[in-house]
Order: sequence, then C-alpha cells, then structure tokens
Amino acid sequence: MTIEIKTTSVEPIRNTYSAIARRFGDKPATRYQEASFDIEAKTNFHYRPLWDPKRTLNDPSRTAVQMEDWHAVTDPRQFFYGAYVGNRAKMQEAAESNFGFCDKRNLLTRLPEETQHQLLRFLVPLRHVELGANMNNSKIAGDAIATTVAQMHMFAATDRLGIGQYLSRIALLLDGSTGKALDESKTFWMDDELWQPMRKLVEDMLVIDDWFEVTLVQNVLLDGLMYPLIYDWMDAWLGEQGAEDVSLLTEFQRDWYKESLRWTNAMIKTVAGESESNRGQLQAWVARWEPRAYEALKPIAQATTGLDALDEIRAELSARLKKVGLESTGVQA
Amino acid sequence: MAIKNKKLNLKDKYQYLTRDMAWEPTYQKKEDIYPDEQFEGIKITDWSQWEDPFRLTMDAYWKYQAEKEKKLYAIFDAFAQNNGHQNITDARYVNALKLFLSGVSPLEYAAFQGYARVGRQFSGAGARVACQMQAIDELRHSQTQQHAMSHYNKHFNGLHDAAHQHDRIWFLSVPKSFFDDARSAGPFEFLTAISFSFEYVLTNLLFVPFMSGAAYNGDMATVTFGFSAQSDEARHMTLGLEVIKFILEQHEDNVPIIQRWIDKWFWRGFRLLSLVGMMMDYMLPNKVMSWAEAWEVYYEQNGGALFKDLERYGIRPPKYQDIANDAKNHVSHQAWSTFYQYSQATNFHTWMPEEEEMAWLSEKYPETFDKYYRARFEHWDKEHKEGRRFYNNTLPQLCQVCQIPVIFTEKDDPTVFSHRQIKHEGERYHFCSDGCCDIFKNEPEKYIQAWLPVHQIYQGNCGGADVATVVEKYYHINPGVDNMEYHGSPDHQRWLDIKGLKPLKSQSEKKTAA
Repeated sequence: MTIEIKTTSVEPIRNTYSAIARRFGDKPATRYQEASFDIEAKTNFHYRPLWDPKRTLNDPSRTAVQMEDWHAVTDPRQFFYGAYVGNRAKMQEAAESNFGFCDKRNLLTRLPEETQHQLLRFLVPLRHVELGANMNNSKIAGDAIATTVAQMHMFAATDRLGIGQYLSRIALLLDGSTGKALDESKTFWMDDELWQPMRKLVEDMLVIDDWFEVTLVQNVLLDGLMYPLIYDWMDAWLGEQGAEDVSLLTEFQRDWYKESLRWTNAMIKTVAGESESNRGQLQAWVARWEPRAYEALKPIAQATTGLDALDEIRAELSARLKKVGLESTGVQA
Repeated sequence: MAIKNKKLNLKDKYQYLTRDMAWEPTYQKKEDIYPDEQFEGIKITDWSQWEDPFRLTMDAYWKYQAEKEKKLYAIFDAFAQNNGHQNITDARYVNALKLFLSGVSPLEYAAFQGYARVGRQFSGAGARVACQMQAIDELRHSQTQQHAMSHYNKHFNGLHDAAHQHDRIWFLSVPKSFFDDARSAGPFEFLTAISFSFEYVLTNLLFVPFMSGAAYNGDMATVTFGFSAQSDEARHMTLGLEVIKFILEQHEDNVPIIQRWIDKWFWRGFRLLSLVGMMMDYMLPNKVMSWAEAWEVYYEQNGGALFKDLERYGIRPPKYQDIANDAKNHVSHQAWSTFYQYSQATNFHTWMPEEEEMAWLSEKYPETFDKYYRARFEHWDKEHKEGRRFYNNTLPQLCQVCQIPVIFTEKDDPTVFSHRQIKHEGERYHFCSDGCCDIFKNEPEKYIQAWLPVHQIYQGNCGGADVATVVEKYYHINPGVDNMEYHGSPDHQRWLDIKGLKPLKSQSEKKTAA
C-alpha cells in the first residue's frame, strides 16, 4: 500500500537562469552550476585600479596563461560554498575527535622528549608554510576571473588556514596550551638552517605576480612534494620513533591532500591542454620552480626520512606532470 | 624568552592560531610582499594593536556554517517542492527580487573578490584573516542568493540573466560603479568604503529592508536566507567598526584621509540607497516601514550615535548629511517616477500605486507626497487607464559619479532639479549634487573613466542605435515580458491564474506517491 498526497503543480516557464541555459541548455540545473557559472562581472568596468592602472578589474591578463573561457576549468568535487563547508564540517568532526582522544590520554606528552622536540622542529614549523599557502590562494581568489576557478582557490585559502591551525594545536597539546612550544617551533622556522631554503621559497612565492604561476608553484609543485613527504613518509618515520599516534593529528591533511589532487589535476590538464602556448608557459614555470621546491625540502628529508623518500616522491610528481605533457627536468627517468 | 607556564586565554590562543603563523620576512622586502599598503598615505605604526573583531578558528567556522547551510537548503527544497512562490502577497513583490538579484547579488560577488584581495594585501595577519573570512562569506551570499531565487526564476520573468544585466543595464551601473570604485581603490579605502560605510553604517538600510520585505510578503526562501546570513553580517559589521577605529588610532595623519573617505562613501551610499527607498515605498505590496522612517531610525539615530562616538578621534559626521536627511522625504518618489517612465528599459515591472497605497504614502509623507507627487501619479494612472501608459523615450542625463539620472531636487526647493557641472581638461561633466561633484574634484582622473550607459548607447557601444535594440539584444530583456507595465503583463496574468482569479489554464494536477 502507498498513500497518495495530491498536490497541485505549476509548470515552470523556464528551468534555469539564461546564462546557465546558454551553456547547458534549458534543463534543470545543479546547484553547482547555478552557483558557479557566469555570476561574476565580465565587462564594462568603470575605473582602472589605482594598484594596477595598466589593467582593468577582472582583467584576464593578470596571468600569462590564456583561456578562451576560464569556466572550462571546473571542480570535479562540484564544490560551491554549501557543499564545501558541509564536507569540511565532517572532516573537522573527525579531526576534533582525534585531537580530543590524544589530549585525554596524554598521547603526545607521553612521548620521549627527543620525539617531542622532533615534532616541534620538523612538523609544527609547517604552519608557517601553510600561512604562505593561505595568502597565495587568497590572492588567486581575488585575481582569477571565473567563479569556477576563484572559488576553488578561496576554499583552498581557508583550508590552509585551518591546516595551519591544526599544526599549531599539536604544539599546544605538547606544552599544555601555554604557547611555549609554538614560540620554540617558530625559532626553527626563523633561524634553523634546515628550514631556510623553505622559508626563502615561501617568501619568494609571495612576490610572484602571475596568479596562475602562483597556483602551479604552490598547489601543484610544492604541495606535490611536501604533502607526500611530510604526511606519508615523515609520518611513517615518526611512527618508527614510537610516535604513531601523531598520525591521528595529521589525518585531516592526508584526506585533504588526496582530495585536492582531484581539482589541481583537472585544472592543469585543462589549462595545459588549451593551447601549445599555455603548455609552454607551464613548462617554463615547472622548470624554474620544481627544482626549488625539491631543494627546499631536501634538508628536511635528509634529517628525517632520508633523501631517497624525496627522490621517490619527485619521480611520482614527474609522472603526474607527464600526464598533462609537462616535464620536470631535474628527474632521471 | 620568558618561561611560560600559564594557559593561554582565549584572545592569546586565537592570536597563536592566526597572526602568530606570520613572521617578519628576511629574504624578501616587506614592501615587495605587500606592495599596496603604502600608496594611500595611511600610516600603520603597529599592526599588533589590531583587535581581532571575532575569534573563529576554521574548524568552528566550518561547523557553524555547515549547520546553517543545512537548515537553509532544507527550506529551499521545501519551498520549491511546495511551490512557495504561490504564497507571496502579490506578484508585484517579485519585482523587488529582480532588483535584488540584478542589483545586489552581483555586489556580494564583487565583495568576495575585493575581500579576497585585501585578505592578501595587509601585512597585519590578524586583519588578513578577518578579511578572508568575509571574502568566503560574501561568496556564500552570492551563491545562496542564486539558489534562493532559482525557484522564482522558474515561475516569473525578469530574473533570468541578472549578472549579464548587471554589467550593462543603465541603472545597474549605479551599484556596479559603486563597487568598482571601492575595488579599484587601495586596500584601506576599500575597507572604509565597504566594511565601514557600507556594512556598518548602511547595511540596515540596504540588506535588511530587502529581507524584511521578504518577511512581510510571504517570501520564505529569501527571508530564510536573510536569517541565515544574519550572523555573517554581524561579523562583517564588527570588522567595519574595528577597521575604522584601528586606522584612526594608528596615526593622527590618518584622520583627514579617513574623513574624506567617509564623506565620499556616505554620499555614494546614500545615492545608491535611492533604489532601496523606492523598493520599500513602492514595490512591496505589504509595506514594512516607509523609507523616511527607515532613514530616521537607521541613519539619523543610529548613525548619529556612531558619529558622536567617533568624535573623539576627530571625525565629524559626513559632509552633506543635512541634504541627505532632508531628501528622505523625496528620493523614493523621485526614483519611482523615473523608473515608471523608463520601464521599457528596466528588467522589472512598474505600476502606479493603488488608492490605498497612495493614502499610505500621504500618511507617511505628510509634508511632501500630496504636495509634490500625488498629482503626477494620478495623472499617469488616468492616462494608463485610458490606454496611454506613459513611457519616456528620451535618454536622461546621468551624473558622472553616482550615475543616477539627474532627477533629484534642491534641498530648499523641491521644484528645482539639482544639477551641477564643471569643466575638466576642456570637457564638461554633469552631476546630480555637490556631493557627487566634490567626489569628482578629488579624483577627476578616476571618474572621467566612468562607463556611462547613456553615453555608451549614443557612442554605439551597446549593440545598436535605438533603445529597443539595446534593451532586447544587449541587455537581454524580453520587452513587455520582463518589464514595462505590470498590469496585463504575463507575470500578472500568471498570478491571477495562481490565485484562481481567472480560470486555471496552465495548472495541472499531479499525484505524488509517498
């Protein structure tokens, strides 16, 4: 048996907004489509920015990469704001429970002093790298002209702030929330020779003007080496020191990176595939920056996982780039 | 380093989780990393004095916002499933949504872009983080508004191409140029314009009237969005106040710069709000309060208290505030007259108020409505009933700054149009007021660039020489369907069908198994 509710239904006069219908036809649209395509201003800007008088607002020439239509770069995750925060709310719930578990059982403070020191020296300073990533992605969100592209970077910006905060909380677990461990960890970032190539790289990235260059260097090249090195290899290395519980506190980052590969891969594939000149431009950036990302991570790998790990990761990144027709020159085939 | 053994309080903990992740760069120069921080002349001596206007770590943000989104979208779904558009007071109300979706939603997106940019630009990490949170909130608002109005778009005309129209339609250059002006300024002016003047001083006169209008007119989708955005807006207002106090406290040389920006952005905001005034007085079938009342409460009283509070920094109330206060009894009538006449070139319908609405206007505007406006409206109404609906086929003179046609009148004489003009480098420029003229004189090189819709039509940059072609081809307006007189329009007809006032034509009955 079923029950039947009688409802009146009024036929719609159209199925979606005209801009969406022009792209996808006049049929019911997804929430991702109505939120992500053609909601930004495109033309007839009134005043040239005082901070960049050679260009207009929303000027496509803020990157050397040229696309017929930047909306060709879409998000395989179909994240608009609501979908994004819904997903992250679930991830943070898991992270919260892990942090709570470690805190309650004093899992970090029970570690040998030497291991605690290693966490402050090798892991926690990455919060500063995350802040750089946060700034870079916020810049891109302000410069990219299509909503499909801009929103992915805005989400990445807030993600990176969140990751920096999770890393900071590891230190707060270690020092009983006094801030002492964060102060100590920051001295490594500022003065420890091991971190200086990385700090220089991060500062150098902050003066790159071209937003697509920034996303390639930050979200593809550096993250492509850093995330596997830190959150897979160094995680295993810490496990060997008896600090396997730390994995609970970096689970967010592993899940996050796996997910971020989906949109970064789709983005470079579409952009490199658009034209030979785009591919050439991306290739030049890869040649300039991939070796620097490698060099920046080298002292950290040497002090922890061993350089072989970084070389293996480098080969994986190289294979990933090869799929979109890019070569990283520093790698033996 | 001092040995710390005390647990951090909430404030210090939040600082460790935000600004402490930043560091003093040594490999690159600070001015190369933050190249836009100097050129406006604002002096920041110590960013560490920045008080975080709210303390929200990302995990908490994701959690709270996701809860809000979940509830909001549940209402959107229920609204669509139950054809909630049938429960509004009257289909004339939908025209307020057309104004909102084409005039305000694109500003939410522009705000997202602007805040993302300044969220990178400040060398103070605390301010950056606060701006980034506003950036992603603004993205939220622009997107949830698309979704809130998606169902209306399926059942009414004129909502179908809002962002395209925002870039083109003559009167939409009023809100667009407002935000372009802020986004093309430096980061400190952007915050003074948007966080302070727009969000803090004027939001109760812009965002809130639309949401209250929705509440009073049975629009569950939009009002639910409004409630859902309330806590975001509260954060944005807090940021607005912190920004202004912080800049003023940093250096006394900042005071005259901020004063000039407050004068400018008050006046630009006031002009922009003419559109909201006419919406409140004329477009809402069930009225919330009159524009004059709203202005008294939200500007004269609240704004008065605010500027009293800012006195100690050497800030005085905005220049020409007296003119704005006086104009509260006129602007909505003057704006609606204009839109009524030029309804063939707008993306929404217009109409003359019904008798009881005229009576309401007389009551709310005892000094002005009967004296200056009623006769004109009764004449147009009579003409319409006799088959001569009035449309004005000439193109109006626009103000070079606010881009509203020169339709407003002098403070001391409501029978005389307020019109100013000056010559700049051999060219003549026209203004609606001393307020707009002053803004031009401070930055002529900026405002000579304005994309003035009427000039652009005359110069042949809008797809055709005659207005009809421009409206249809360039603006994407379906003439007579999306716009012009409401009575007799397809929207009106459809509404009569929905309400069963005419035999049901398009309605079918469907059985849903559950």
